[in-house]
Formats: sequence, structure tokens, C-alpha cells
Amino acid sequence: MQAGTIISAQDLDLYYGENQALKKITMDIPERQVTALIGPSGCGKSTFLKTLNRMNDLVPNVRIEGTITYRGQDIYMPKLDVTWLRRHVGMVFQKPNPFPMSIYDNIAYGPRTHGIRNKRQLDEIVERSLRGAAIWDEVSDRLKKPALSLSGGQQQRICIARALAVEPDVLLMDEATSALDPISTSKIEDLIAELKKQYTIVIVTHNMQQAVRISDRCAFFLLGQLVEFGETTQLFSTPKDKRTEEYITGRFG
Amino acid sequence: MEHKSLRRTVYDRTMRILIRVCAALTCLLLAFLIGYIFVNGIPNITWQLLSTEPSFRSDTIGILPNLVNTLVLILGTLLIVLPLGAGAAIYLTEYAQNRRVVAAIEFAAETLSGIPSILFGLVGMLFFTELLGWGGSIRAGIMTMVIMVLPTIIRTTQESLKSVPQSYREASLGLGSGKWHMIRTAVLPSSVDGIVTGYILAIGRILGESAALLFTAGSASILSSNLLQTINSSGGTLSVALYMYVSERGELEVGFAIAAILMFLALLLNLTAKVAGKKLKR
Repeated sequence: MQAGTIISAQDLDLYYGENQALKKITMDIPERQVTALIGPSGCGKSTFLKTLNRMNDLVPNVRIEGTITYRGQDIYMPKLDVTWLRRHVGMVFQKPNPFPMSIYDNIAYGPRTHGIRNKRQLDEIVERSLRGAAIWDEVSDRLKKPALSLSGGQQQRICIARALAVEPDVLLMDEATSALDPISTSKIEDLIAELKKQYTIVIVTHNMQQAVRISDRCAFFLLGQLVEFGETTQLFSTPKDKRTEEYITGRFG
Repeated sequence: MEHKSLRRTVYDRTMRILIRVCAALTCLLLAFLIGYIFVNGIPNITWQLLSTEPSFRSDTIGILPNLVNTLVLILGTLLIVLPLGAGAAIYLTEYAQNRRVVAAIEFAAETLSGIPSILFGLVGMLFFTELLGWGGSIRAGIMTMVIMVLPTIIRTTQESLKSVPQSYREASLGLGSGKWHMIRTAVLPSSVDGIVTGYILAIGRILGESAALLFTAGSASILSSNLLQTINSSGGTLSVALYMYVSERGELEVGFAIAAILMFLALLLNLTAKVAGKKLKR
């Protein structure tokens, strides 16, 4: 394991029933950097992302072998408290999914879940999180309005703010901009650049330009295997593997 | 071409007229029924009718005991059905792993919710009043109603829970919620309108039930001195009293009065269901 690694996967195999979706993935994710996972549809990148905070537990018949550690802690250890893990490794989903509540209640949901009841403390967290997600200026005068009344791009930043409100360590983003228009997308990309000063970000993306623009390191997945993992600039300029080269030059995918 | 378009116009017009006639007839029938019952019933609703027990000595009829019985029966049934139905539905949609078992239970619930109520009455009579020896009592009536409305309640609650997008559950779990916390804070608030509507419609079914209650809760019209005694003794609800007064004693005026009251209550329930559905949906 390299120094500065926050999450480390060792020989990770994942099966959906009989079907093997991930094959012997070994990967060290560096702290406070943006790691992008790319690859064609069905290559396992989203599946891998979801193993990092055990969202795959929700899928019936899923079986995992190998280990993943978060700050040295085996996260698939039987006694591990999954809520503890998910609190530290937060997630932003592909489609914006705010709760049908006010903007304020959406952001306060996580802190309340973890026992914060004090109104002033919640106010402070809500403001800090909305500022952190670069949406405070747009919604500060209507915190009591339903979050679903916002535009898709705003909703996604609300979801990012909601994830930030529980003060995570790592933020997983599952194609978080694929459902958004170009302007909203560029706002979220700027935000990611800002967030990596404080958080470790792992993002799944279908958009290779996006991977180039925002990520420090990039992992190329193909058919459940990790083909290549390295510095983004290196991976896109001088890929070591022929399959990576074929993919990034648009030969398939 | 012209010929064809003419034919189409005639066809269109005829169909439109026919459909309008159907709609008008239906509305007329409903309006007639409601009007007929209110016109015949409301003049017969007197303060004495609403506030006294029936008395053979003074030859008066009062339906206060039946009103009380109806209320006790509905509240008693809800008290049991509320946690039981919600719990079962939550288990089936959120916790149960074995799809086949869930499908079997859902199928059973669906079948049971379509069975004629008198069958529930028969079972209730044989089991609660005979086997358990409770006799004809409101208690037996409550248990029978519980069994009767439970399948419907489970179905409607399940449908409401299923209508909650999976993404809410993921969002909540992703923030580190435990399962029950997720259900309580993300699933139930989004489905409470449908759940409440289901319960209100169940109340409507209890209100209108006669056969199954005649078998189990009986038809007595006596006020008891306390709640426990009310539950343990025989008592007819409004619908049962309607049947008894008209068929056993030929008291048509009283029958119409009760019918008007029932109609009014049903109207009130449906309105509540509508308003609750809207109010609870944020």
C-alpha cells in the first residue's frame, strides 16, 4: 500500500449470483485527490464504486471476496458498522435524488440522523454545507422551499451539500453529472476541483474529457478488470496497455 | 373521400351522444338515490332518536347505543389493525428477502380482500363467539373486522410504500441511516397520504358492514355503563340496526333516518380521505 492511500482494494472479486462483475481488482486510492473511474458500460466501474461504501449490500445475491480497507480498516469485516462507514464515505448518485422536503430539511437530514438536534448548530451546518457545494447564494433566501422545485443542476448540488453535511472523508460520485446540462456540469466540475482540497473524491464518468479535466488519477475498467491505473495525464498521453489506448482513442466503448 | 368523412362524422357524433347519455344516467341515478334517502331520512332524524335508548315501555326508538357501538367497533378495530397492518406491510415491502413467500402472501391478501364479508362473519362466529366462548359481543365483532379489513389495509399500505422511489432509500442509507431510521424518515413521510387513505376507506367498509357483524357482534341496542362492558356485550352498529328496525319491526322511518346518517358519515369519510390525501402530500 502506497503512502497517502485512503482506500485500498486487494484482489477484489464481486459476483452477482453466478455472474462475476469484478475480477481481482487491486487499487490504492490516494487521499485528497480526484480519482476517475472510466470504461465502457457494464465494465464494473459503478459496481466497484458502490463496494467502497457497501451500497452493493442492497443488491440481493451479491457476493464479495478479497478485501477493501478504509484507513486501514477492513470494511467487509462482519462486525463493521455500515452506518459508520457510509457516514465517512458519502455518495452522490447519478440522478439528483433530493428528498421531497424543504432544502433545509434535506441538508439537515444527515446531521439529524446522527443525533444533532440543536437548531443553531443545524443552521450553521446547513449554511456551511450549502456554501461548500457552491449553491448557498442561489438558495439562501428560500431554504424552506421544497428541494424538488429547483432545477436538476441545483438539485444535484443540493445532494452534494447533503452529503457534505455529515462531514465525510471521501465522496463517491456515480456519474453525478450525466443527467445534467453542460452549464450545470461545468459548475459541478468547478466544485469538484474546490472540494478536493478537503475531500477525497472518486468519480465514475462516461465522459473522457471530464476525466481529463477534473481527475488527478484515472482507472480504466474493462469487462470487470482494472486494465490500467495511473496519473491521468500519463494515462491519456502514453497509455501502457493497448486496450486503454484503443478505448481513449474511441476505437470502442 | 367525402363519403367516408361524412360517415366518420356521423359515427363520432352518435358515439359522443351515447357516451353522454351513459354519463347522464349514472349521475341521475346517484343523485336520485342520495336525494331519495336524504328527503325521506332527514325529516325523521330527531334529537330523541339520536340521544336515547329504545324503550318498549314508552314506545320510543333511539339509536344512541348503535352510534356508540359503531364508534367503539371502529376505534377498536383501528387500534389493532393500525400497528398490525402497517407492520406487516412494512415487513413485506422493506424487510422480507424471500420473493416467493412475499408473492404468496400478497396473493393471499388479494384473494382475501375480495371474499364476501359474510364468510368472515361465519368464521368469526365459529371461532370467536363459539370456540373461544366470547358469545355475541363487540369484542368478537372487532376481531372479525380486524380479519376482514387487514388484507385490504396491507395491500393499500404496500402499494403506498412501493410508490416511494428507491432513490430516497439509497439517499438515506448513503448518509449513514440505519434501516428503520431510513423507513421512518424517508419512506413513511412520502407514503403517509396513501396509507391514511387506505385506513379511511377501511373505516368506510366497517361502517357499511352488516352481515358479518350480525353474526358476531349481534344486534343489541342497550347502553352499557362503561367501555369494558360495551366491548364484552352484544351490540348492533348503525348498519345492523337499520336492518333490524326495517326487517324485524317494520320501522321504515327509523330505517331511512339511519340510512341518511350513514350516508352522511360515508360522505364525511370520503371527504376526509380526499383532504387528508392532499394535505399530507407536501
